Amino acid sequence: MTTKQQEKPSVQQLIVKSHNRKGKKTIEKLVPVLLFLTATISVLTTFGIVFTLIFETFEFFSRVSLMDYLFGKEWLPFSGKEPLYGILPLLLGTFKVTCIALLVAVPFGLGAAIYLSEYASERVRKTVKPILEVLAGVPTIVYGFFALTFVTPILQVIVPNLKIFNAVSPGMVVGIMILPMIISMSEDAMSSVPSSIREGAFGLGATKFEVATKVVLPAALSGIVASIVLGISRAIGETMIVSLAGGATPKFDFGFTDSIQTMTAYIVQVTTGDAGYGTTIYYSIYAVGFTLFIFTLAMNLLATYISKRFREEY
Amino acid sequence: MRYLQHDLVMKRMNKRLLSNKIWKMMFMIVTSFAMIALVILLYRIVSQGLSYLDFDFLMNFASRIPENAGIKAALVGSLWLMSVVAPVSIVIGVGTAIYLEEYARQNRLNDFIRVNISNLAGVPSIVFGLLGLTIFVRLFGFDKSILAAGLTMSLLILPVIIVAAQEAIRAVPNEQREASYGIGATKWQTIVRVVLPSAIPGIVTGSILALSRAIGETAPLVVIGIPVILQFLPTGYLDTFTALPMQIFDWAKRPQEEFQFVASAGIIVLLVVLISMNSVAIIIRNKFQKRH
Repeated sequence: MTTKQQEKPSVQQLIVKSHNRKGKKTIEKLVPVLLFLTATISVLTTFGIVFTLIFETFEFFSRVSLMDYLFGKEWLPFSGKEPLYGILPLLLGTFKVTCIALLVAVPFGLGAAIYLSEYASERVRKTVKPILEVLAGVPTIVYGFFALTFVTPILQVIVPNLKIFNAVSPGMVVGIMILPMIISMSEDAMSSVPSSIREGAFGLGATKFEVATKVVLPAALSGIVASIVLGISRAIGETMIVSLAGGATPKFDFGFTDSIQTMTAYIVQVTTGDAGYGTTIYYSIYAVGFTLFIFTLAMNLLATYISKRFREEY
Repeated sequence: MRYLQHDLVMKRMNKRLLSNKIWKMMFMIVTSFAMIALVILLYRIVSQGLSYLDFDFLMNFASRIPENAGIKAALVGSLWLMSVVAPVSIVIGVGTAIYLEEYARQNRLNDFIRVNISNLAGVPSIVFGLLGLTIFVRLFGFDKSILAAGLTMSLLILPVIIVAAQEAIRAVPNEQREASYGIGATKWQTIVRVVLPSAIPGIVTGSILALSRAIGETAPLVVIGIPVILQFLPTGYLDTFTALPMQIFDWAKRPQEEFQFVASAGIIVLLVVLISMNSVAIIIRNKFQKRH
């Protein structure tokens, strides 16, 4: 021990030694490169999605004409002799579900957001928010089961000729599914409206309701609209609820009581069946997936644009 | 001469106050809707599934007879799946977050990476399924294996983990970094010994929440073509498997009413797994927060 202590190098020597250590320098140079590589994986994922969708969709359109796909009013890929690939019935099915979902999610979401940000006490807010988080964490397969076994039977009592598979029940449940997101985003937007503006309105003698609807709501409008647009995107891309409770009969009509099929439910139908690799049906799921991707991407970009462009800075 | 017609003002005032009261009630009712929906959902599932939920249910394989149906293969399969998803998504996600927060300069490439991550978060999960089917199942030839499904799920939850880790890293005060540089530490030493330890509670919480999303996610597994009726357990990462939500999906689709109860029992198992994961996230966060 004593000899070792005598040989102990001075601090200066230690610094010089540590500066000359090679391993340390390599690590410092290597790490940013490695981390950059991990960051590129998300970019590669996007490229992967876009390229697979484009390539396989190309294959699909070498067999089916683009015009038939875009404007065809019949989607009958499984009919033996002459399969028809017109996307409109699937789009209409998706549209119906999204509309009903919004009819549930927008009034309930906005109402709850107004209540939480303008009326509720801190204690109420602290109990409601975790419940919303639980609601947001429930897997969609559970919502789908709920729609099929609970909401549909109840609706069948109220609506006389409602089929087991219909657009209303999955639509309502998709609405419940996107509620937490709409409530929390809208509530954030409303809470960030400064109190001084509210106090100004109160000072003029406005009631709480008038302040909420005529002052806070307009001021927070961009955030609220963005939350609704994101809700639309989620509703379009939702899969398990619609494939469990929506059925599998794409039709070009405007009824809500009959069985429908959405874009996502069609992809599920094909992939759970046994459409062989390389068949036109196999490639059709990529065309439908690409259509779905474009719609949701457009919605997501729109939401980002709205919340950036129309953000009120206080 | 009276300038103010008192009774008119009073009438109008009362009307406005009344409408305020009515709307407040409306907003309260609307808010409770979400909670009522949650309570009904949970109550329905628990009351339906509880009678089917016993030790045999956890220990049996899937069966055509509802009484004998069990969830063993799916439960074990979900665990295998998570053993791929957790390391892959956390390593890539935290790496990306460190790069973006600590190393990335403000340039076009890094802006593009940022925008790309937020867009990726909005891509429907079924589209990730198509990606997994094309790249991992067909191109790489992993077939319908744990590896293929695990990599697909990892990419799906990657944006969630990146954003959570970014927020946790951003919350570490700059003074701590400066102090570390001040005593001669290098950048990487600062990140590993100063930034990451204080960011860990946030990273862990975000990761567990993302993983619990991956456990409940069904659509990508359906698209990849994961089977549902298996009478054996996987022994390696290239084996095929089934997972909890897939099993529930299969039971829920069956026409016999008994299978609804079996599906409910499966959902209870899934929800118990999710809730215990979320509790673990909260416990870890609280424990780490005390130390600072």
